[in-house]
Amino acid sequence: MPSYREEFTKGIFKNNGIFVLMLGLCPALAVTTSVTNAFAMGMAASAVLICSNVIVSALRGLIPKAVRIPCFIVVIATFVTMVDMVMKGFFYEQSRALAIFIPLIVVNCIILGRAEAFGYKNTVFRSFLDGAGTGLGFTLALILIGGIREVLGAGTLLGYPIWLDAYGRTVFQPMTGLVLAPGAFIVVGLLMAGFRAIGRHRQHPQMDQVTWE
Amino acid sequence: MNLQLILQIAILNLFVQNFVVQRFLGLCPFIGQSDDKHKAIGMGIAVTFVMTMASFVTYLLYAYFLVPDSWFLRTVFGPGAGITEAGLLDVLVTVSYILVIASLVQFVEMFLRRFVPTLYRAMGIYLALITTNCAVMGVALLNTTDAPQDLGLTGAVLQGVFAGLGFTLVMLLMAGIRERLEYLNVPPCFKGAPIAFLCTGLMALAFLGFAGMAGLG
Repeated sequence: MPSYREEFTKGIFKNNGIFVLMLGLCPALAVTTSVTNAFAMGMAASAVLICSNVIVSALRGLIPKAVRIPCFIVVIATFVTMVDMVMKGFFYEQSRALAIFIPLIVVNCIILGRAEAFGYKNTVFRSFLDGAGTGLGFTLALILIGGIREVLGAGTLLGYPIWLDAYGRTVFQPMTGLVLAPGAFIVVGLLMAGFRAIGRHRQHPQMDQVTWE
Repeated sequence: MNLQLILQIAILNLFVQNFVVQRFLGLCPFIGQSDDKHKAIGMGIAVTFVMTMASFVTYLLYAYFLVPDSWFLRTVFGPGAGITEAGLLDVLVTVSYILVIASLVQFVEMFLRRFVPTLYRAMGIYLALITTNCAVMGVALLNTTDAPQDLGLTGAVLQGVFAGLGFTLVMLLMAGIRERLEYLNVPPCFKGAPIAFLCTGLMALAFLGFAGMAGLG
């Protein structure tokens, strides 16, 4: 039985949802045009991930094995609706920027994957740690992609222009392609390759096959 | 529904706003299933089929049940009641759409297994994966709550068909590229998904050339 610390940290780097497991890719590319959007998406998905993992784990004795996937989907959809309403109520600008990708959290494979592979088999507290760790890993990955695309593609960071010299002149021409669709694919492809090269994933040549655990 | 509108929907969803390379929907099956041409075709047909059905059903659900002052709310709660005027969009869209899609996929799978076994053998295994394909849920949302203007039932179904065909087109292109990539000597850390992403990026760059085509954004 792994330690609590391990349950939390494994989702951040070793089993990072986006770069290693390659799940939940759609929002990772679609909403990472800026760090702010990436952070908002990461927080929304993490909230759903933690809540659904805890509830699935608490109900694991009650959910029959044959109908577990529909049950997970209903639990996840409920939390997505709640997050959607909270975002619309308190962070209206962010909710407009993320548009359909907030309701689409419901079909994010990371969340269903963790409910199936972890929440359904483990205790409530462990599921909470697993959800928090995976959510943090997802958020950090989104911020990393968003940061690269915003700094190099738009020439800003958190909406403030950077790349200015002492006289306020722009010293770097932003590469607009990076905030458009092609840039997203290229940045994520390069980051994935980088993660493999620096991580210990070289020993596992089958890493591009989806592994739930 | 005139021919011009049909063509507009077709070009928009096939090329200009292609679901995979421009709208980033359905990437998991796109990366996971595009390493082989037969898999790509099977997945493409299954997705097109489910997207068409899902567009039809979710549009009816939206127009007759969920919108404010809909037929269902008027009949059950009476016109002018609080819930009739508020509608159910905020609270029920996500839950009802995902349930409709999940049960639709299950139903199609059972129907095909019973009545069209040849087709079931060709695309049966992909059907199970489609419930969590965000392209299906995405087309349902883009047809209804997030549509720029009301598409009508025909428009919604057409958008479903052409979005699915656009998905199939990109799947096939990618499968062709990846079959060639098998024989190339790419660095080990780029093997598989990372190089596929870089190729998709170049493909997306090519698809950007369609922007503004036929007066569409």
